[in-house]
Amino acid sequence: MNMVSLQDLTVAFCGNRTASALNQVSLELGEGEVLGLLGESGSGKSVTLRTLLRLYPERNTRISGHIRVDGRDVLALKGRDLELYRGGTVSMVFQEPGLAFDPVYTIGQQITEAIRVHEAIDEQAARRQALHMLDRVQIPQAERRYDAYPNELSGGMRQRAMIALALACKPKLLLADEPTTALDASVQIQILLLLRELQQETGMSVIFVTHDIGAAVEVADRIAVMYAGRIVEQGPVAQIVHQPRHPYTAGLLASSVGMENRGKPLLAVPGSPPDLACLPPGCSFAPRCASADEQCHRERPPVLNRGNESLACFHPVLPFPEAA
Amino acid sequence: MFIYILKRVLYAIPIALSVTVVSFMLVYLAPGDPLNAIAPADAPADVIASLKSAYGLDRPVPVQYGMWLLRAVQGDLGTSIASGRSVTGEVMSAVSNTLMLAGFAAFAGVLAGCVLGALAGYHRDSWIDRLATALSVIGVSIPHYWLGLVLTIIFSIWLGWFPAMGAGPGGSGEWLWDIEHLKYLVLPTLTLSVIPMGIITRTVRALVADMLEQEFVVALRARGLSGRAVFRHIAKNTAPTVLAVAGLQVGYLMGGSILVETVFAWPGTGFLLNTAIFQRDMPLLQGTILVLCMFFVVLNLIVDIVQPLIDPRMGRN
Ligand SMILES: Nc1ncnc2c1ncn2[C@@H]1O[C@H](COP(=O)(O)OP(=O)(O)OP(=O)(O)O)[C@@H](O)[C@H]1O
Ligand SMILES: [Mg+2]
Repeated sequence: MNMVSLQDLTVAFCGNRTASALNQVSLELGEGEVLGLLGESGSGKSVTLRTLLRLYPERNTRISGHIRVDGRDVLALKGRDLELYRGGTVSMVFQEPGLAFDPVYTIGQQITEAIRVHEAIDEQAARRQALHMLDRVQIPQAERRYDAYPNELSGGMRQRAMIALALACKPKLLLADEPTTALDASVQIQILLLLRELQQETGMSVIFVTHDIGAAVEVADRIAVMYAGRIVEQGPVAQIVHQPRHPYTAGLLASSVGMENRGKPLLAVPGSPPDLACLPPGCSFAPRCASADEQCHRERPPVLNRGNESLACFHPVLPFPEAA
Repeated sequence: MFIYILKRVLYAIPIALSVTVVSFMLVYLAPGDPLNAIAPADAPADVIASLKSAYGLDRPVPVQYGMWLLRAVQGDLGTSIASGRSVTGEVMSAVSNTLMLAGFAAFAGVLAGCVLGALAGYHRDSWIDRLATALSVIGVSIPHYWLGLVLTIIFSIWLGWFPAMGAGPGGSGEWLWDIEHLKYLVLPTLTLSVIPMGIITRTVRALVADMLEQEFVVALRARGLSGRAVFRHIAKNTAPTVLAVAGLQVGYLMGGSILVETVFAWPGTGFLLNTAIFQRDMPLLQGTILVLCMFFVVLNLIVDIVQPLIDPRMGRN
């Protein structure tokens, strides 16, 4: 059975304007699989991850569809079950390690605290486990770093500590929301390699959000491309990079492929994404698309599926092979 | 840390010195002649002169200040012109009464403010938020003496639950920690606690609301921490600021209780100040103001020193 299964997941934030941040997103992720989630700023990548952890307040968020993780219905989780799910089954690495640690507790205290939420062990045992995790993410002088406050570590060290914290309770699924964007280029590569290594060691599934196609190629098995709250194309890394089908994917790649461009933001496609509060009736990429015709503006392209590939486009750059 | 404390103390010294200058200069800034209060208006010139030399008023001003400061440092603030008693004694007993009142009021106000503010910050735009905001606006803007009078009318005249004036049964005598004496504390405490309550509510609400928007709070929940555990983190993050604001409030209460002490005839510094002003009792006025200001200076010093102790971000740098 799949680790993650999203079916028609739709998320809207209510306010004076209702923004539909996710629109009928369907996604499958196998055990031990690494998925790269790619897309421009505002396309709903973070919303997808945070919804998976149920981090939005129910008061002003409308969620519909189904989320199953490790065989459980996530939208039905409550109370203690939800707490154990967060950080226990699924945990998250945040984009800005400097903002995601509580500044007034030491790194060690925070890791130990998280461990003790999920495991019934005493302070000493939790401390040993936390130190072990700090070692595993290759933080030198773990003993000393254990007692450091977050602001006393460099960005790279903080992100390592964040990864140690995320993995401390042996989650089956790791959500990494642009884990390297806030770091220097040389540190980015180290962190990517570390993530890849830890993933292979533990066999966990990973959803890896990034702006950076180079990074996605480095760590992912499969790539899903998002646009305006929809997944427009999915496929294995090689297919997406070498034979993109959706005009948006092709546009993204046009300027970013090749190692000399890694780390640069995706700016290839002219124009800007649509307003999520009033999405066009047809394909949301149509206004920016060179091959869009009248049908694209009128009708929403259906999502075609075949194996672990998918496409939502009337006029793909390369044809989508129909299911036999 | 030791260096930091030393620095703070050294900073406080010039402030304390200027406070003494200002308190001393009050005699010369105030209109009228302090001698008017004791000498009859038609006193002969030689009587005035001898009085002047008795109080040291015939020497050059810097010399007078020097002598006054020297004695003040030794705890001698002179004698009250009106009562003839030692100013130090009068001020000290008033200070202890005011401290007690301010302490209770600050405690009640800060406690209520923290609870209301946290509730409002957690449930923004709910009825509890509107209630807390309304209470804090009222608390900050309502005139003290008016609230004091209203409370007196309701609780002491209509209901007869609490006494309206004084600090103990049978005139102001020795303070005792029993129910009878504590009853006298209720209304002034309530009246006085409204301002810190309002200010702390506002502060805590803003801090908590801001804190809840922070990425790290989302991250804490993503780790599986329960609501209560997340609240502990929020409390620890907001504590230093709340402490600083609360510390200042205690300081304001020390001086800000003049009207309330007058309304309730509470024998504290405010009441004393009031008496000193109306009786043109300059040594008493100087002494009271000096002691009050010193409280401010010391209180600020304490806040400055305690804050980094509970806020690791400040402590290490
Ligand atoms: N709590 C929220 N309330 C209202 N709107 C939100 C909220 N969170 C996100 N959005 C909106 O949802 C859209 C998608 O945001 P999201 O953060 O998922 O983008 P992203 O793909 O992660 O972009 P980036 O690459 O910049 O991180 C944005 O338009 C954003 O304004
Ligand atoms: Mg994001």
